[in-house]
Amino acid sequence: MKADQKILSQVIDILREHVSKDAEIRPETNLEADLSVDSLKSMEILAAVEDAFDISIPINVLSDIQTVEDLAVQIEGLLKEQE
Amino acid sequence: MGLFDKFQKTQESLNSLRGYSQSFFNVVLEEIISSTEAVINGRPTILAGTNNYLGMPHRKECIEAACRAIEEQGTGTTGSRMANGTYSIHVELEQAISRFLQKRHTIVFTTGYSANLSILSTVVGPKDIVILDADCHASIYDGCRLGGVQVYRFRHNDMADLEKRLKRLTKKGTNILIAVEGLYSMLGDRAPLKEIADLKKEYGAYLLVDEAHSLGVLGEKGRGLAEEAGVEDQVDFVIGTFSKSLGSVGGYCSSDHQELELLRFTSRPYVFTASSSPANIAAARKALEIIEKEPELRERLWANANMLYGRLKEMNFQLGPEPSPIIPVRFREIPRAFEAWNGLLERGVYVNMVLPPATPDGTALLRCSLSAAHTPEQVEQIARAFEDIRHLA
Repeated sequence: MKADQKILSQVIDILREHVSKDAEIRPETNLEADLSVDSLKSMEILAAVEDAFDISIPINVLSDIQTVEDLAVQIEGLLKEQE
Repeated sequence: MGLFDKFQKTQESLNSLRGYSQSFFNVVLEEIISSTEAVINGRPTILAGTNNYLGMPHRKECIEAACRAIEEQGTGTTGSRMANGTYSIHVELEQAISRFLQKRHTIVFTTGYSANLSILSTVVGPKDIVILDADCHASIYDGCRLGGVQVYRFRHNDMADLEKRLKRLTKKGTNILIAVEGLYSMLGDRAPLKEIADLKKEYGAYLLVDEAHSLGVLGEKGRGLAEEAGVEDQVDFVIGTFSKSLGSVGGYCSSDHQELELLRFTSRPYVFTASSSPANIAAARKALEIIEKEPELRERLWANANMLYGRLKEMNFQLGPEPSPIIPVRFREIPRAFEAWNGLLERGVYVNMVLPPATPDGTALLRCSLSAAHTPEQVEQIARAFEDIRHLA
């Protein structure tokens, strides 16, 4: 599923603040394998995402989030739920 | 991909430990000398990583009660609490815990793990919400997963983060259960329970407190953090274990909600497992009596905890946030933590090795737990062993 471009670009901006400066971040980038996001870092990133979008992400969906685009798709779903 | 390929990372981690004389994964206690000493690698070793807070496993009264229960009622119940596995001693222990904790209802489970699994997989479901402290025990996470409830984490002991989540999630108009622990098992720090209870009231949530490490350890009467913080009436579900301060095996949930009794019919981890053996139940019951009668055990435990925390602090080790019977000593470099752990063992001191992701901040921890049964001389010996490996921290 394709993510909303505006959300995707916001997610990429947030990720840039939490991962290595040289890392290339694209929609298909794998968070764990390509960006070395471990469980600790993922919590920081999720908190930043939650604040930026004013949403709460349940940990139940974390196993569905492998790539940057997956994260953006989940955010989009949660924003729609709130409408 | 083969069935066992997923274990490759685990195998690699194990391989990396081969260079060390002893791996923390395969420690065998060859002979148990007392609650605080065992033979490891043929050498008497002080046990400083056992969660044996009050020395109950070797109390004569507990051993006698367990032996009597075996002689009179056999070695096992061979059945579920729902079928033939409820003996009068299970019911008596439930009543004794209810009296002790001043709660109306108690269910005894076969382990502390299954207590959390039972409650969190049944009391809340897919339409409800659990907000838990990120450092909660795996059994809390697993119980939530089994029941399919929506789970949200807040940063460890961060009340602003908890409130932010409560604010957002109350808009959903569903039931919210906050789950926290009394003493956290890795950092040994308390939950700010008074503030959590205030937030629970303000946002109309329910509150579960796992007192696994705080029963018999905190509170004037030893009832745990809720007693110490003066908020027992605000706690909807108290979870606990028999395997730490009570020196047995088993778990419980106590509550004033009468619906707790319905879990005996609806909770799969309660129904589909054998009940605790008579020996375990009898030992836990006796240990509970001792906790009520001997507050000096708690005083001794805290004296030991404060002594070791103070000594390690003087040595400039990086420790947990507050003095506690659980004292984590941080090591930034994992190979040095292995070396330190081995060094302590060679000096006759056993502690727990805790590695990421089980550690809260990605560092390695050498986790000490103190006991009322440790002598001041043993505590000093533990401190001296740490002094010897100070250069590795």
